Amino acid sequence: MTDENTGHTDGAPPSTWKKGDALAESAIPHENGREIVARAVTINRPVREVFAYFRDFANLPTFMENVERIDILGDSRSHWLVKAPGGKTVEWDAVVTEEVTDAVIAWTCEPGADVANSGRVEFSNAGARGTVVTATIVYDPPGGVVGKLIAKMFQREPAIQARRDLRRFKQLMETGEIATAAMNRKQREEEMA
Amino acid sequence: MRALAWHGKHDVRVDTVDDPEIVNPRDCIIKVTATAICGSDLHLYDGYIPTMQAGDILGHEFMGEVVEVGAKSTLKKGQKVVVPFTIACGSCYHCGKHQYSACDNGLPADNQDIAQELYGQPMSGLFGYSHMTGGYAGGQAEYVRVPFSDVGPIVIPDGVEDEKVLFLSDILPTGWMAAENAQIEPGDTVAVWGCGPVGLFAVQSAFLMGAERVIAIDHFPHRLELAKKFGAETINYEESAVYEALMVMTGGIGPDAVIDSVGLEAHGFFVDNVLDQIKASTFLGTDRAHSIRQAIIACRKGGRVSMPAVYGGFIDKFPLGALMEKGLTLKTGQTHVQHYMPALLNAIMEGKIDTTFLISHRMDLEDAPKGYDMFKNNQNEVTKVVLKPGFN
Repeated sequence: MTDENTGHTDGAPPSTWKKGDALAESAIPHENGREIVARAVTINRPVREVFAYFRDFANLPTFMENVERIDILGDSRSHWLVKAPGGKTVEWDAVVTEEVTDAVIAWTCEPGADVANSGRVEFSNAGARGTVVTATIVYDPPGGVVGKLIAKMFQREPAIQARRDLRRFKQLMETGEIATAAMNRKQREEEMA
Repeated sequence: MRALAWHGKHDVRVDTVDDPEIVNPRDCIIKVTATAICGSDLHLYDGYIPTMQAGDILGHEFMGEVVEVGAKSTLKKGQKVVVPFTIACGSCYHCGKHQYSACDNGLPADNQDIAQELYGQPMSGLFGYSHMTGGYAGGQAEYVRVPFSDVGPIVIPDGVEDEKVLFLSDILPTGWMAAENAQIEPGDTVAVWGCGPVGLFAVQSAFLMGAERVIAIDHFPHRLELAKKFGAETINYEESAVYEALMVMTGGIGPDAVIDSVGLEAHGFFVDNVLDQIKASTFLGTDRAHSIRQAIIACRKGGRVSMPAVYGGFIDKFPLGALMEKGLTLKTGQTHVQHYMPALLNAIMEGKIDTTFLISHRMDLEDAPKGYDMFKNNQNEVTKVVLKPGFN
């Protein structure tokens, strides 16, 4: 069956890659250098627990590898300090733009951010399988295409990073820790540096 | 500590490296008392497994004494444990279904990319078996950091010899699961390709599950002798045509179940091909997938195919038509070791399964490089090498 609004013949989300599909491409506003990243993961914990952990932004650096620190400035505002290529950091203030308990949390950066970005994370109850978490991150890479290439070299590229961050989030929620092959604490610190 | 490290093709050395420490709350550290060289270690030795790095510590069959525990480990210092080769969290959906080798969380997040690209979803972590399986330091060492020690290692009662229980770590549950996947019914005839440790344990397991006849296939006379000891009939494929022999032995029907415990056998799983394949999604031919082809062709109509053998990439000339037309069932997978350990420990304690027959050589950990060389070059006589730190 074809969806009259989109022309899609399948049920996959519009942000998934579709052959010759103008809509999926139009959902990615790359003509001005912006990128969109959508990822889903299923976490074997109740939605209430998963949402509550994520909603406390101070927790995010435990599984978001590039986020060094998030300071909570108020109920809806926070300050983010994020690692960038070449040992640099970038910073911004973020404000929560949408919040539905146990269902959705979205934020966007305030004017003056080093890297313009916004995020939206949806949580849905998956019954016996736990919670489906779908994250969409939109960002404007620094220095356009060149900045993105540099970022990719450092594996800081958000598509890779979002995938790995979600895996770490899942590990933390399901097992209480983040898997590492480090043989000792020194190696672990080097990994996280 | 001292540990056996991979440095390249046919180049393994015992190096002095940093001691492991508790890193995560569920970890423990064990002092290794016994560890073995596995047939699949030869794939690493021969340089056929991608994503190895110089200095990687090998070994995934090991046991020892708990010397340190993390805050959330349930083990106690001084306990003797055998460690499963699969690193599984015990709390994800798959672990909940006892599909431990499919654990979602055993692999570090960054290491999951390769398996996700190659197989669609990442699998559990493995000890000492390349960075694709996590890059975890292995057990051919004096000490090992064991993640998820509250769900993995099995505690061994006091006074039991190491050698009787060491193989709970991999090859015994692997042979057992191979027989289980063959869904054996009383009176069945089961054919087993490969009389290495896994094949020999599959022979024993098949009889315990009610097989009337087991036919073991190999070309090493000594290994065929071992299979005979457990009551198997044998075919030496250098002397007889396997399909014809099986047809005569089964009255033209074919075996009810077939087990391939040979696999890629360090042939045809080429590093470059696999890496190219990830990039290009082209097909690579592994011309040594002979055993699985032969097993499918020989299997009786409506029979079962069990494949414990390790395959990593693609094979061509796979007899998909025979699989479909004959209505065969194919079951396979890395072993869900944690699921099988308790029952198999009981079977050992009750004397139902003989494990020590397999061991042909015992050596000091310091002599591990010699052990690899012997295991590779004299497979007829060297059936299993057990390494013990401080043995000399």
